[in-house]
Amino acid sequence: METTSLTPRIHYLNADYGIKSWLFTTDHKRIALLYLSSITLMFFLGGAAATLMRLELMTPQGDLMQPETYNKLFTIHGIIMVFFFLIPSIPAVLGNFLVPMMIGARDLAFPRVNLLSWYVFTLGGLFTLAAMIAGGVDTGWTFYTPYSTAFSNSYVILTAVGVFITGFSSILTGLNFIVTVHTMRAPGLTWFRLPLFIWAHYATSIIFLLGTPVLAIAIVLVGLEHAFGIGIFDPALGGDPVLFQHLFWFYSHPAVYIMVLPSMGVVSELIPCFSRKRIFGYSFIAFSSIAIAVLGFFVWGHHMFVSSQSVYASMIFSFMSMFVAIPSAVKVFNWTATIYKGSVSYASPMLYALGFIGLFTMGGLTGLFLATLAIDVHVHDTYFVVAHFHYIMVGGAVMGYLGGIHFWWPKITGRLYPEGWAKFSALMVFVGFNLTFFPQYVLGYLGMPRRYHMYPPEFQVLNVMSSAGASILAVGYLIPLVYLTWSLRYGALAGSNPWGATGLEWQTASPPPTENFEETPVVTQPAYSYGSLGEEGEVHVD
Amino acid sequence: MTKSRSALAHHFDNLGQQYEASTLGMWAFLLTEIMFFGGLFLGYAVYRSAYLEGFIEGSHHLDAILGTLMTAILIGSSLTMALSVHAAQVGHNKLLVRFLLLTMFLGVAFLSIKGYEYWHKYHTHMVPGFTFHYDGPHPEIVRLFLSLYFIMTSMHALHMIIGLGLQAVLVMMAWRGRFSSEYHTPVEIVGLYWHFVDIVWIFLYPLLYLVG
Repeated sequence: METTSLTPRIHYLNADYGIKSWLFTTDHKRIALLYLSSITLMFFLGGAAATLMRLELMTPQGDLMQPETYNKLFTIHGIIMVFFFLIPSIPAVLGNFLVPMMIGARDLAFPRVNLLSWYVFTLGGLFTLAAMIAGGVDTGWTFYTPYSTAFSNSYVILTAVGVFITGFSSILTGLNFIVTVHTMRAPGLTWFRLPLFIWAHYATSIIFLLGTPVLAIAIVLVGLEHAFGIGIFDPALGGDPVLFQHLFWFYSHPAVYIMVLPSMGVVSELIPCFSRKRIFGYSFIAFSSIAIAVLGFFVWGHHMFVSSQSVYASMIFSFMSMFVAIPSAVKVFNWTATIYKGSVSYASPMLYALGFIGLFTMGGLTGLFLATLAIDVHVHDTYFVVAHFHYIMVGGAVMGYLGGIHFWWPKITGRLYPEGWAKFSALMVFVGFNLTFFPQYVLGYLGMPRRYHMYPPEFQVLNVMSSAGASILAVGYLIPLVYLTWSLRYGALAGSNPWGATGLEWQTASPPPTENFEETPVVTQPAYSYGSLGEEGEVHVD
Repeated sequence: MTKSRSALAHHFDNLGQQYEASTLGMWAFLLTEIMFFGGLFLGYAVYRSAYLEGFIEGSHHLDAILGTLMTAILIGSSLTMALSVHAAQVGHNKLLVRFLLLTMFLGVAFLSIKGYEYWHKYHTHMVPGFTFHYDGPHPEIVRLFLSLYFIMTSMHALHMIIGLGLQAVLVMMAWRGRFSSEYHTPVEIVGLYWHFVDIVWIFLYPLLYLVG
């Protein structure tokens, strides 16, 4: 039945050569690869900063660098990883590649806007990198006032301009996804036949559209305050620094869901495929994505329990934060129920998906600790918080990203990677991650504050464990870089559907032709119809 | 027919789908814009409720007559923009160009008055961050009010300048006969944008000029 398993002579990668055919492309698949190269570079830059920090923290004394240097390093790490890696990671790479393919469209609704978003992203990245090369910025990725506006002598404005510009690439991507999903679905592809990856990206796009502009205006105000002393955030001039925190977290808390919702979308694709079962509770997972996006806008105050915010406001934010855990838990239970009694196979993408479920659950539950007023006051600004959000952002978002990259790599490149190495590196990432960040929970609970380059000697053992874990994690991240690059030339041909997965993207050749589908597909079944597949999981192409 | 076919991008099935996508895209973008200005309105609301007297004092330093004149001009430009869209819908190309040029003229008139206001503030040393000197009551709050005034109105003016640029492109396209009663999506979405920019001003005008 596999009529399209050979690599077609002309596909989106070899349709045209030369630098111009990439820099001026409007093909969503090529733009996805442009993003892939940009964010991979950013990931390793941010990782290098983290490496230096972990080296400094091997000993209690500040012996490797000056305190100012350390401040700049954690700021670089945070800004690069949040704004230039995690936020664009899955939406701009996998989302860009897959949203049109999954809904049977030839491209996103606004292809030129899509290309523009990459240029905007790159421009923002250049500004930020320029600020770092010029001397760095030491405010932390949170830009808290009044330090960032009145006291910091580092390159606040240049960095702020970079972050501001980059925000527009998110807005443009989100806008494109929403319009594409609304107007360009293939015949027969009703909303409740959409893959859950699409629902997750739709929910993410809502946050892109409603959250990012608020960060934009907050950053503009910080820049103006820093440059001209306009007084908006300066108490000496009647302003209120806490207003900045409200504006900042109104975006930056939902931004956590920007990072993790697409990852949940990836996991919702991987779990049914490698359990050979229809997903359990499709509509619950779909609506829980929307619920997370909506509720996520009403919890930002849980970052501000010790900021002079009214205690009644804090109680409401605490309650709402508990509430947003419900749709997240709904997803975890549904994935677990999908695996239950499935024919589970442990291919490398599935290992990442299982890793995601465990680490995300851990990060989510400690999030509930932090949403509890009394506990938060105790562990506020300690390593407990650092461990918590790394479990969500690295254990959750990055695991999902790597799982997705491994799952769709054969579709993107038409090649298979060495599965043994992939499994090995997935294991390294899991072990390295836990060894890095689990000790940080303990450190934080014992009272070690974040953002210091020195610490009392009794914390050394746990810090050395964490640094050792980080080195394992680094190896786990470097191995895929090697074998995925290797596979581009030497990998076995993948065929159109190596995993026997459902979903429209698997019904066309790998790599897909520029127009994605020879003919617009017609959808007659719900998503994840694994029960109705043949023995080998063949997909029937009509 | 050939004209409308060339207006169809390769990835859409028909012009209806393309029109729907473009309009939805602009509406989604306007949502983003609402949140962008929303941050500023929030800041305004917070400080106004905290320092009502100082804000009233501050607004006395804005010229309500000029503000009213600008509001009238901008509402007029909304009317001519709506008429441009109508002209495009019925395929009356000459009328479309005229109404667009009229809209642009009103937009430039608005910005000129705004520029005069800024110039006047500069000469009376009322620009926080550049030149600010004020002896009356609540000097700090008047300064804060004027900071908000400059940020909010300059963000609005920036949006108007972008709108004028878009209208200039529309005039060129209309001149070349790119629009017809079947295809005039760009006119409609620029119209949406222009009306949004007007609505922002409809909120700015009473909040800044009339609070006293």
